[in-house]
Amino acid sequence: MSLPEPADVATLPASLINLDSVTCRYGSGPNVLEDISVLVRSGTFIGLVGPSGSGKTTLLQALLGVVRPVSGSVERRRDLRIGYVPQVETINWNFPVTVFEAVLMAARSTRRRPWASPAERHRVAEILDQLGIGELSDRHIRQLSGGQQQRVFIARALLSSPDLLLLDEPTSGVDVRTRHEILHLLGDLHADGLAIVLTTHDLNGIAAHLPHVICLHTRIMGAGSPHEVLTPEILERTYGAPMDVLLHAGMPFVVDRPHDRSATR
Amino acid sequence: MWHTLAEPFQFAFLRHALVVCTVAGALCGMLGVYVTLRGMSYIGHGLSHAIFGGAAMCAALGINVFAGAVIWGLASGLGVSRISRRRIIAPDAAIGVITTASFAFGIALLGLYSRVKRSIEATVFGSVLGVSRGDVWLIVGVAVVTTVVIVLCYRRMLFATFDPEVADVFGVRTARLDALLMLLLSGAILSSMKVLGVTLIAAALVIPPTVARLLTNSFARLLVLSTAIGGVAGLVGMYLSYHLDISSGACIVLVNFAVFSVAYPLASWRGRSVVGERPAMAEQVRADRARAQ
Repeated sequence: MSLPEPADVATLPASLINLDSVTCRYGSGPNVLEDISVLVRSGTFIGLVGPSGSGKTTLLQALLGVVRPVSGSVERRRDLRIGYVPQVETINWNFPVTVFEAVLMAARSTRRRPWASPAERHRVAEILDQLGIGELSDRHIRQLSGGQQQRVFIARALLSSPDLLLLDEPTSGVDVRTRHEILHLLGDLHADGLAIVLTTHDLNGIAAHLPHVICLHTRIMGAGSPHEVLTPEILERTYGAPMDVLLHAGMPFVVDRPHDRSATR
Repeated sequence: MWHTLAEPFQFAFLRHALVVCTVAGALCGMLGVYVTLRGMSYIGHGLSHAIFGGAAMCAALGINVFAGAVIWGLASGLGVSRISRRRIIAPDAAIGVITTASFAFGIALLGLYSRVKRSIEATVFGSVLGVSRGDVWLIVGVAVVTTVVIVLCYRRMLFATFDPEVADVFGVRTARLDALLMLLLSGAILSSMKVLGVTLIAAALVIPPTVARLLTNSFARLLVLSTAIGGVAGLVGMYLSYHLDISSGACIVLVNFAVFSVAYPLASWRGRSVVGERPAMAEQVRADRARAQ
């Protein structure tokens, strides 16, 4: 299953990556992804949801080209630039690196000198200002709040002026306010023309902020707008657990179904 | 007074030893930054042991011990690098497997060929004061090559050390950089080991970057500070060893430790005592303590 495509192809934005019937596995293990078709166009803003081990990160890696499918095809636009933001849980926060150094290390230049050129310095400052952390340039990465830390790694990904930004669980392990800030920031970047694909466990966050959702559990269980995808049937197929979906201010709101003790007696 | 201070400079071998110890200290301080940040502090000690096997084999076969040790050191370094890239085996375990096996190989050869013993001791423990002009050029050459490589690959090596998986995604060839680092490290250990001994190398790789880490949060400053601390400790340690008549290796390690002993309370006093905690956690701890009071 792929994202629904409007009929008038001529008016569609340019295709960035097209995954067609992709199947991935590691070594001789079981399939991590099976028959996945996803079309990522410029201006896309997609949230990938699914239980742990459902293949979300592998799908991001397939989009990045780090994981090669065992079958199916991946077509990328030739000059496509992709920015990648890893899970912050994987970061070594004791590593001696300032915000400026953390961003600059991703600069894809042919410059052989360790120190930044005036143009690079200006570009890093510009991105940090854009993300609202311009004054934190000389701080150590550990001396930042959760939201600021996430912004540093978004800044690093933006340094190469990507067409597509991939984020692996940008809202995991942060409080509600920080989650809100991050999703708003990504919304602003998307409004500026950046295509974004992110993975998350935060169903209600994406229902409120993202136009497209893909429910993944090795296969695509559902794809479309939050209204189309966040239904009890698709969620149960995806997570293997019953969930209820309420409508709140016109938005789907996913809640756990209370345990029915009488049913188990 | 001046005569006493200048006394070591009257002897050519001591002048050479002072240069070698200073350069070796600085070189190990520079590479030690990458070693400690990659969680491979054990590598200095491990590689020296690994090289023991190579030296023993070459001595038994009657070929140049130093050349054999170089090749063996490089092979062990690359082996450690390759094994530790498999996530299932941690770098310290990889070092333990490769280097102890090599060390055991050296011990076995030592038992089989007793005539090897003398060469082995010279290789492992070094001849601290028997330093020739050739040793000076060797360590200076290795230091120049290492510095040039570190400068040219600065950003890529930083990225590969900080976040190797993401660096791969960003097009940094981390496997090549890992191999390059092992190559530099083997060169540094081998060129230092002959004249300074194993103990100093292990300590010289770990203590300067550890001290520098207490003093700065910036990678660039850490690299410069660690190199400087290593160089100064090498020079002062070697100088003191002459006047105090203590083994130069031990003296240099003690100077390094003295710097650490000053830096640690200084860093705590400056408020770095929460190193290792994220600010949110540190604030949480402070808030909990305040509530408890």
